[in-house]
Amino acid sequence: MPEMTYAAAIRSAIEWEMEHDPRVFIMGEDIGVYGGAFGITLGLVEKFGKDRVRDTPIAEEGIVGAGIGSALVGMKPIVEMQFSDFIVNAMDQVVNQAAKIHFMFGGRMTVPLVIRGPAGAGTGAAAQHSQSLEAWFHHIPGLKVVMPAFPDDARGLLLSAIRDPNPVIFFEHKLLYKTVGEVPDSYEGIPLGSGVIRRHGSHATIITYSLMVHRTLEAAERLAAKGWDLEVIDLRSLVPMDIDLVVESVKRTGRLVVCHEAVGRGGVGGEIAARVMESEAFDYLDAPLLRITGLNTPVPYSPPLEEAFMPSVDRIAQTLETWLECEVVTQ
Amino acid sequence: MNRATEQAISKDATLEEAIRWFRTMLTIRRFDETIDELFASGKVHGTTHLYIGEEAVATGIIGALDSGDVITSTHRGHGHNIALGGDVRAMMAELLGRETGYCRGYGGSMHIADQSLGNLGANGIVGGGLPIAVGAALGFVMQKQPKVVVAFSGDGALNEGAFHEAANLAAIWRLPVVFVVENNLYGMSGSVKEMFAIGHLAERASGYGIPATMVDGNDVFSVWEAGSQAVQVARSGGGPTLIEAMTYRYKGHSKSDANRYRSREEIRDWRKRDPITHLEQHLSSHGVDHTMLNEIRDEVVQVIADALKYAEESPWPNPEILEDSVYTREDKTGA
Repeated sequence: MPEMTYAAAIRSAIEWEMEHDPRVFIMGEDIGVYGGAFGITLGLVEKFGKDRVRDTPIAEEGIVGAGIGSALVGMKPIVEMQFSDFIVNAMDQVVNQAAKIHFMFGGRMTVPLVIRGPAGAGTGAAAQHSQSLEAWFHHIPGLKVVMPAFPDDARGLLLSAIRDPNPVIFFEHKLLYKTVGEVPDSYEGIPLGSGVIRRHGSHATIITYSLMVHRTLEAAERLAAKGWDLEVIDLRSLVPMDIDLVVESVKRTGRLVVCHEAVGRGGVGGEIAARVMESEAFDYLDAPLLRITGLNTPVPYSPPLEEAFMPSVDRIAQTLETWLECEVVTQ
Repeated sequence: MNRATEQAISKDATLEEAIRWFRTMLTIRRFDETIDELFASGKVHGTTHLYIGEEAVATGIIGALDSGDVITSTHRGHGHNIALGGDVRAMMAELLGRETGYCRGYGGSMHIADQSLGNLGANGIVGGGLPIAVGAALGFVMQKQPKVVVAFSGDGALNEGAFHEAANLAAIWRLPVVFVVENNLYGMSGSVKEMFAIGHLAERASGYGIPATMVDGNDVFSVWEAGSQAVQVARSGGGPTLIEAMTYRYKGHSKSDANRYRSREEIRDWRKRDPITHLEQHLSSHGVDHTMLNEIRDEVVQVIADALKYAEESPWPNPEILEDSVYTREDKTGA
């Protein structure tokens, strides 16, 4: 199986679909000869031409809307947001148009559209280039939301996202672009809505996604040396969400932790917790919920401030350890 | 009206077309009058935006389109769908919230679409359809289909950022889009005199490198002629055009409107320039028999009455499937 970076895996999915489906094209800011701000589309314009790898003006609302319109007449557009924060400029088209068209028109039309781009902090890009806004889109019926943590998932999930007849928000993490992994060179996509148990354990279930999968796994390894046995679930997609996997795991471990980089308030973690409370897993809970999230602030610039904002391996491990000592030892 | 249009109507085929437009405009008016009555009597809920007074714009522009061309519509969109040949029974049922409605009762007045006729959808967001229209045109160009997209909007939409981005995209990519601005002088209560610092909205197009033209939006022939030219330019690869159609809505912006921002005299004066009366006079002067026109009028009244009956007798939609209607498993797009 070939090894490639997360960034190359994303490119590979785009390239594969463009080769095999003439309806697929990509547009965005500086994605042509520049190759995209993060190099995701490097080489694609040379291979597919300027029509299908389309440089656009700096006009997020316009290009997302153009993606929707092209989808309505039979194309399968991928729209790149140079930074996922810029999708805020396109919110009418994302929320009032793309998400609603299928439902609002009584199922007569569909919008097979992928909006993808880099999310997350850790690069010193400050408040307007570092956010994790997935909770906004997770809140909107009609959108699917995907956030892969590994190169093989990035490729497989993006293949499925492009083939999906619904609008899909696909958030990549900037700090993962250079990570390397084995990526199957297959046609098969990974179904949206299937989570994965990355680490089996018995003391608690940690639900996470994107960059925090890596940090949570590292924290869990550290705590394993101290005798704690933690289960880590990588959701991979937030809508649809593999809630059955979560519920089954919590029933086994009796303890629930959610960990995400996005700010805690109104975050996806709260929804995960609520769904567990509503489920049969409630009766198995032996501890109150623990949320480990980004602070309820904008993302700051200075390195020590930015580090304080986002959950680090240290913060995750320490928070977990304190909580475990309190909740498990006192049983 | 200029000489070119006079000549055009002297041809039988075009006279036939004009009679068809008469029927279309009457249908739009009778439909929206009926909706107005239904709202006034509390028989339908929500809100609605009536096209009464503006019928010549949709009729003339859509008369210039070929089968396969598409439009994006607006919150004031009933007229657009009827001009495309939309099913008034399904429209009426939609407004009454019934299962047999265009959107199975999921959309209502502001969300009627009929992809089979080329209506990519009305839109509750001012300007929201403009980037979508541009995208549809982009799709057609990429598919090498010689189709044209008409993006309807009101005057108010020209102050939305979406218009700016859509107009620029259409211009730089020379897309087959015709921006049709139905300038009815008010965005809700906001007068174009107060909300624009330019005399004519068409002037704005030059900032994008888009040619523009102004027409009397109450004269279906002028609208049709301007539309035909713009459509021909678009279809032959000449890029977008903006048409500013001067018109007027007789009714308020929506159900809540008490008309405090405009005078009775103004409404009265515009009613004297009624687009249907104008067309009727023109047809008469070209020898079309009054009996025939009255027959059409009677037929239209009956068609709308039947549509209302159909809608009232239609079943309500089933709430149990609501949550299963958000996502699709099947890709239904494609022209």
